[in-house]
Amino acid sequence: MIFGADVASMLLGGVAAGMVLFIVSVGLSVTMGLMGFVNLAHGGFAMLGGYAIVLAMKHWGLGFVPALVFGFLAIAAVSAVLERLLYTRLYEAGELDQVLFTIGLVFIMTASVTLLVGPENQPLTLPSILRGQIDLGITRYRTYSVVLIAIGIVIAVGLWLAFERTRMGAQIRAAVDNRRMAESLGINIGRLFTVTFAFGSGMAALGGGLGAEFLGLDPQYALKYLVFFLIVVAVGGLGRVTGVFYAALLIGVLDFVLKKYVPQGGTLFIYGLTVLLLLWRPQGLFGGKAAA
Amino acid sequence: MTSPSAGLAGHPAARAMASRHRLRLWEPIPWILAIAVFFVFPKYLGFATELLITILFAISLDLVLGYAGIVTLGHAAFFGAGAYAVGMLAKHGLWNEPITGLIIAAVVAAAVGLGSGLVLLRTRGLTLLMLTLCTMALLEEAANLGQAYTGGFDGLDSLPIRPLFGVFEFNPLYPTTQYLYVLAVLFVCFVFVRTLVYSPFGQSLRGIRENTLRMHAVGAPVRARLVTCYTVSAAVAGVAGGIWAQANAYVNLGTLGLDRAATVLIILVLGGAGRLYGAFVGAVAYMALSHFLSKVYPTAWQLGLGLLLVVIALFARNGILGLVEDLWRRRAVTTDR
Amino acid sequence: MMKRIIAVAAVLVMTAAWAQAQEVKVGVNLPYTGIGAEFAQLVDRGMELYLKLNADKVKPYKITLIRRDVKDPSGANAKIAVQELLTQDNVDILAGWIYSPNAIASAPIVTAGKKLAVIMNAGTAHITNLSPYYVRTSFSMWHAGYALGEAAAKLLNGKTAVVGYTDFPPGKDSLAAFKRSFEANGGKVVDEIPMGGAGAVPDFTPFFQRAKDKKPDVFFVFVPAGDHAAAVAKTYAALGMREAGIKLIGPGDITQDTKLQAMGPAAVGLITMHHYHADLDNPENKRFVEAWKKEYGATSTPDFMAVGGYDGMAAIVYVVQTLKGKIDVDKALEALKGWKFNSPRGPISIDPVTRDIVMNEYLSEAVMKDGRVFQKVIGKIDGVKDACKEQKIGPCAPK
Repeated sequence: MIFGADVASMLLGGVAAGMVLFIVSVGLSVTMGLMGFVNLAHGGFAMLGGYAIVLAMKHWGLGFVPALVFGFLAIAAVSAVLERLLYTRLYEAGELDQVLFTIGLVFIMTASVTLLVGPENQPLTLPSILRGQIDLGITRYRTYSVVLIAIGIVIAVGLWLAFERTRMGAQIRAAVDNRRMAESLGINIGRLFTVTFAFGSGMAALGGGLGAEFLGLDPQYALKYLVFFLIVVAVGGLGRVTGVFYAALLIGVLDFVLKKYVPQGGTLFIYGLTVLLLLWRPQGLFGGKAAA
Repeated sequence: MTSPSAGLAGHPAARAMASRHRLRLWEPIPWILAIAVFFVFPKYLGFATELLITILFAISLDLVLGYAGIVTLGHAAFFGAGAYAVGMLAKHGLWNEPITGLIIAAVVAAAVGLGSGLVLLRTRGLTLLMLTLCTMALLEEAANLGQAYTGGFDGLDSLPIRPLFGVFEFNPLYPTTQYLYVLAVLFVCFVFVRTLVYSPFGQSLRGIRENTLRMHAVGAPVRARLVTCYTVSAAVAGVAGGIWAQANAYVNLGTLGLDRAATVLIILVLGGAGRLYGAFVGAVAYMALSHFLSKVYPTAWQLGLGLLLVVIALFARNGILGLVEDLWRRRAVTTDR
Repeated sequence: MMKRIIAVAAVLVMTAAWAQAQEVKVGVNLPYTGIGAEFAQLVDRGMELYLKLNADKVKPYKITLIRRDVKDPSGANAKIAVQELLTQDNVDILAGWIYSPNAIASAPIVTAGKKLAVIMNAGTAHITNLSPYYVRTSFSMWHAGYALGEAAAKLLNGKTAVVGYTDFPPGKDSLAAFKRSFEANGGKVVDEIPMGGAGAVPDFTPFFQRAKDKKPDVFFVFVPAGDHAAAVAKTYAALGMREAGIKLIGPGDITQDTKLQAMGPAAVGLITMHHYHADLDNPENKRFVEAWKKEYGATSTPDFMAVGGYDGMAAIVYVVQTLKGKIDVDKALEALKGWKFNSPRGPISIDPVTRDIVMNEYLSEAVMKDGRVFQKVIGKIDGVKDACKEQKIGPCAPK
């Protein structure tokens, strides 16, 4: 049925785009909710991860999956070090200083990548099983998009379980809701921050590598897409995995549908929608407390 | 028995507060320098005009960021509103007198500021930041789409601006008129902002920035003050944008972009927010470095800028002027011993 | 004794003056930093290579390049750069301009400065109308777009077309050019899809999905050269559009030589119309490509931007020689009216009326050959002028 195929391909495309947004942004949402820290360098970690993955594949001959693992671990380690050394000093500082610090960090990342690798786009060569199309009954669709959706769902479920069913997850949730109370209960906040930050940045790195097929990879990546990651986090609500998930899907699908049917509108709709949503619910669609 | 108020009036703190607005000895220096540049560096007037306009824009941001404590990444929305107001009126043959053009630019930008301020200033923190960003992005996209009026991506070029007072022409190759015109406008706007900042209104803004809760408790109309401040700041930013369009006889989407908004924020913080002259120091430092360093070593310029920002955020929270103040205070302390 | 000193002094002054007359200063404005850095490098290398390969044609004059970085397409920096080149560096000739907005913004200063200005890339059609001193040696979007419309209808037998274009002036120019000649030759454009802005590379999937659903014979795509083009080829392959019988065509920006090999097999089947690519088979180009690889590396390749710089410098040197180092702008324009040159892209000349370039357009298909992507020429149109100005369409009509 033609109508079904149309809708299906639209949903698939939008959801796949949303999954990339989710994987990159979930780390930002948790760290912002947990640490109350405006980390504009998050897109930079996604970019560095993407570069680590692409270059590992190109120069060391790693397969796609091992490269993804490498990217995750490498960026998690780097970000943990940065957190311990630099970020900790600014936890009590004002928003403005945090914005400045992280913008400076992004500039450093962008310039370093330009100097070390070059200003051109880095193409990602997918393994051949992931290229081409797959038959889904209703319609044929790009294999990679379908795979990405599956990966996104697995990650979302995994994260949800981790947050709801593990002790560390409970600690994080507690600290997000009321840090002082959590501290008085004996939870080591400093260590929690570092681990969460490293994990969040690792996720961003993963997203950068997985999304390179759609979003490309060049030194401007960190700043180009930052606004979208921030929008997903602001709309979804800080510190909530489910919030980010639904917000990312919503924005991914809407963006896709709008681009297909009203391409003349450009990004107008996404920005307009975000403004309306944030005015209606400043804490985000699923956020618990107001973003402060 | 002397009345308490008479005794307190002699107190050093009271005296300091009452004399805050008085002209300091070094305050005329920037203006003298600006006039000197006109005679000493006639070939750099194009760059110098751009510098003065950036200072004006940074001053408008200082009002809202340094004094009222509103962190915004969307201030270019007002700069662009002013620029396009002037540009569209001139290009479509409706109005091209420069001075009244600036007034129109201020009014248009103030309207945008008032409208967005009323709506956005109900929120704070990340939400406010995002909203200011999205509002600016919306305006930019709207300008891109309305290309029949705004020229879209290419912008509006060769704006026919009438000569100043009917006599002084804006020459694109030798911007002497532009420079003096911008300098005069900057002076007028600066005097206005300075008076505002040292008035009771300005003081209440500082109170709001330091402790909003207490200001509410004291009964100050917090939101009204914030919205007023935002609107006034938008008007000044609009004047900066309008004069940019006039001086360059050109306007395009760059006037509304994130690049411009982020750069002015960096400039202000570099110089020192909440200090009025931070805009001057920051703009000179940033643009001089950018113009001359980036010629020599372009990518290293971005790296250096990033490092500078990180260092400032960690160690020099109040920018260059903040550092200068600290040193001055330390000198005063040591000489006291 | 006094007489001797005066004589020596006079000789020295005259020699200095003579040496000055031998030096010609060319002010170059290009985006050496920022997103356009790659393109700036290509044009710059093209200019330098011409000077190197044709050193004998330059003698006895000395061409000094004074470079300024315009950083971005916003126009403001370009204005300052051009103004400073004219008033501080006192250049004799201006050159450069990658981005159309910068060329548009610079026009009033160029006119006020009264110097010859050679545009080496910016492609919006009406730019050359904005100042009487602009001469363009690169291309107009209408060169390729208009020719491709004709070729799509006649050579490829396309009856229906969907046009996808990046939503900024060169994109709109391309759309207008293609549509005009495609429909003049019996075709019908069934859909026009603006595909995001020139800044960030969008995900093309939704736009291409829409095009695929319309089932056209040809899908004409214009995107800026560089990363946009790579994403286009990838999305075309990933959505299986070739299997669905939709030919992807466009101006040569989508198969830019510097990105072509990285696109790999995904680029096979793309049909493009352009005035230049590195696989053109003529003696001038063979010499050019060989010299380029020798100078800049075996894996490096010139492209249409490099050739814009190369030919631009050829025009400048011609002017210098003809006017014997004394560059008067009106005489320079007169000289260029009759200029003909064997460029790596074939024979070129400057249209005396519009000051825009007149050149061949080649229809090419991307195929795999000897393990690399090769552009095979399947058609050619000689002496193409910018149709927009020729037919005085829209903003191209003389002011």
